[in-house]
Amino acid sequence: MSHPAVPIRVYVGVFLALIALTVTTVAVSKLELGEYNFVAAITIALVKALLVVLFFMHVKQASAMTKLFVVAGFFWMAILFVFTLSDYFSRNWLPRGKWW
Amino acid sequence: MSTTLPHPELGVQTNYLNADYGWKSWLFTTDHKRIALLYLFSITAFFFVGGAFAVAMRVNLLSPNGIFAHDTYNKLFTMHGVIMVFFFLVPSIPATLGNFLIPPMIGARDLAFPRINLLSWYIYIVGGVMALTAIVRGGVDTGWTFYAPFSSTYSNTHVILAAMGVFVAGFSSILTGLNFIITIHTMRCPGMYWSRLPLFVWGHYATALIQVLATPVLAITIFLLCLERVLQAGIFDPNLGGDPVLFQHLFWFYSHPAVYIMILPGMAVISELVACFSRKAIFGYGFVAFSSVAIAVLGFLVWGHHLFVAGQSMYASMVFSFISFLVAVPSAIKVFNWTATMYQGSVSYDTPMLYAFGFIGLFTIGGLTGLFLATMAIDVHVTDTYFVIAHFHYVMVGGMVMAYLGGIHFWFPKITGRLYPEVWAKFAALVIFVGFNLTFFPQFILGYLGMPRRYATYAEEFHLLNVMSTAGASILGIGYLIPMIYLAWAWRHGPISPQNPWHAKGLEWEQSPTPPPTFNFIEPPVMTEPAYNYSGAEEEVELG
Amino acid sequence: MASHDLALQHPPELKHHFDDAGQQRESSILGMWAFLATEILFFGGMFCAYTIYRSLYHEAFASTSHFMNVTIGGINTAVLICSSLTMALAVRAAQLGQKKPLIWLLILTLILGCVFLGLKAVEYHEKWVDHHIPGPGFHYADARYAQQAQILFYLYFAMTGLHAVHMIVGAGLLITLIVMAARNRFSTAWYTPVDMIGLYWHFVDIVWIFLFPLLYLIGHTK
Repeated sequence: MSHPAVPIRVYVGVFLALIALTVTTVAVSKLELGEYNFVAAITIALVKALLVVLFFMHVKQASAMTKLFVVAGFFWMAILFVFTLSDYFSRNWLPRGKWW
Repeated sequence: MSTTLPHPELGVQTNYLNADYGWKSWLFTTDHKRIALLYLFSITAFFFVGGAFAVAMRVNLLSPNGIFAHDTYNKLFTMHGVIMVFFFLVPSIPATLGNFLIPPMIGARDLAFPRINLLSWYIYIVGGVMALTAIVRGGVDTGWTFYAPFSSTYSNTHVILAAMGVFVAGFSSILTGLNFIITIHTMRCPGMYWSRLPLFVWGHYATALIQVLATPVLAITIFLLCLERVLQAGIFDPNLGGDPVLFQHLFWFYSHPAVYIMILPGMAVISELVACFSRKAIFGYGFVAFSSVAIAVLGFLVWGHHLFVAGQSMYASMVFSFISFLVAVPSAIKVFNWTATMYQGSVSYDTPMLYAFGFIGLFTIGGLTGLFLATMAIDVHVTDTYFVIAHFHYVMVGGMVMAYLGGIHFWFPKITGRLYPEVWAKFAALVIFVGFNLTFFPQFILGYLGMPRRYATYAEEFHLLNVMSTAGASILGIGYLIPMIYLAWAWRHGPISPQNPWHAKGLEWEQSPTPPPTFNFIEPPVMTEPAYNYSGAEEEVELG
Repeated sequence: MASHDLALQHPPELKHHFDDAGQQRESSILGMWAFLATEILFFGGMFCAYTIYRSLYHEAFASTSHFMNVTIGGINTAVLICSSLTMALAVRAAQLGQKKPLIWLLILTLILGCVFLGLKAVEYHEKWVDHHIPGPGFHYADARYAQQAQILFYLYFAMTGLHAVHMIVGAGLLITLIVMAARNRFSTAWYTPVDMIGLYWHFVDIVWIFLFPLLYLIGHTK
């Protein structure tokens, strides 16, 4: 690798953060937040994933092209999500029996 | 005029074909050119299997009475679609011409991952054997689209076997695409900037993006379908609380971009042919390159136009319809640019150029009828009729297959070191053109008049047009057989080809011997001029 | 002749078709990320289906939380995070040419992976005992939600099952790495397989990072 080795303390620090976030997500799930339970869970998961991608997978030090490939993968999954969900969430907007 | 290549020391030129002999040197090769030939022969075999089903269908449709049981007919159109889409069209140009030509075109000695390249062929063969096994054991009758809940719950045919064959073949496609993307990013020779890449390479890059990003969704969809069929529990059967439209969303998320996998490589070939046979650089190179990528990206945002009558929300349908109109724009840009290239060019009418002309006209018709289908109000009338069938056969057969044949003829000397017989080739091209139009043009009319697709029989009023279509199909079938014969003959007995019979620009013609040695080049190549520099001053290539 | 001379001089790990080690390495990294992008889309399809049905059948999905073993799920999450640490340290050891730490860290990662799979097997057995495996034998206590809960369990098995398959493949890859490391195949000049399989292992961990809250922690309050 062209970059110097990452110090062990960085990896241990990320590890501890991941464990802490796991504890947090279980704790938050026990609170009554309604819709926001889902939002909180996903947000925490995203932070954990980001830590793994940037530090464990070395994307922080990687080339711009590598970063583009990483973003592209997640972006494309987002396309699948957004457009498919747009169908389901807009199905009730028209009263039934109005057309067809 | 090509640059002069250093003479080989040996009396007989060593090239990739005679570098090594024996079945092991072919089945364990990592040479992208040999792998391309492995694909060429397997894909051709599948083409004729799929074609056989088409012949059976057209014979059945000669009269409303037909000759097959309706259940059998359902299997015929299903297997025709499955074989033609997944085992012929999707791999076709990329796995044969793409594999063969991308490294020399960019000045590389091989693809980035040669062993993965070979693995992708083996995976393709495994998937193909699974599909053929499904056929031999009685076939599948769900349509190539495998819609649930018929495929998951009610069909009594070999759905899982056929679907898993497609699943496996999908990995072949992913690996090919991955290889191309990395190769084009990292293995261009000195001077080969992105802006100097042949448009053939740009087109395959765009195709590869789709292969890598879309195919996994097909994989998971097939997996979930098979799981549901096995468990009789799942997410697609309404009786179990599922939604069949979800299957369609997931299926078409791949299958719409897949149709761009089945046209972009054809367009990539056409750019090369039009430039060479007009002796002129492609007009608006940047626009054509950008359009390839635009088609690939926009192609991911339109899949809902296959769900207009399926129960998809009206608002989502409107968005998909609008973007479907947008995706036609880059295709049109390409057609305009090819035409502009020919304007004031020095056009010659060799066989590859005849196929290019055929492509441009027929693809335009196919593409325009796609716009009719993207219009929701019209689609309600013509969806699931022969209009749709005519539309996609115009683009896939009139477009892609013609481009494939054009490319095979153009690069035949490069691949084999021999020349094909031009008179027979022109004759075959003409037969194919006539046969194709006679087969499929009546189908536009049939569809508009209301003949449904995937039906073994039809109302008497459609009889004449069906007879015309079948007559056309027999001519088309003969047209496809003729090149098989003369190309096979020419490979063994054709006249030896000069280094650059077409006097074409491009590293593969100018700096790589004909046929190429195993590592493509004698001296490490350097690109010193823009692509398609037909009008540029003659330059000696700087080596080293 | 030029390129053949070059072939004699270059390090043995440099493949013939590459010009230099940097080009080969960048190709490997981009290639692995392109492959991981396919995995994102592969799992993404199931996450999409999950999201749709969770919003459609919210109460039924929430009711299944009672039957999810959060203890095992939580321990498994911690196990995988530990294995990601050991894997990252293993890659670092390879980069520094430290053969013994590399092998031990790979073995540790493998053991943690096997612990995960073992606990998963315990969980699957629990589900089988509870008749929560979708299919003819499925039975759900709350009849109102039975059909919809079966969808959740179908997605549970599909998602965790495919995840487990990826773990098993990862375990096989780790064994390969351990053998290669023991045979001195890696050095500071070339340790790419360790690096690439590390990327794969971390990715499988990321999938679990999302699976855990979505499958185990829905409606935990009810």
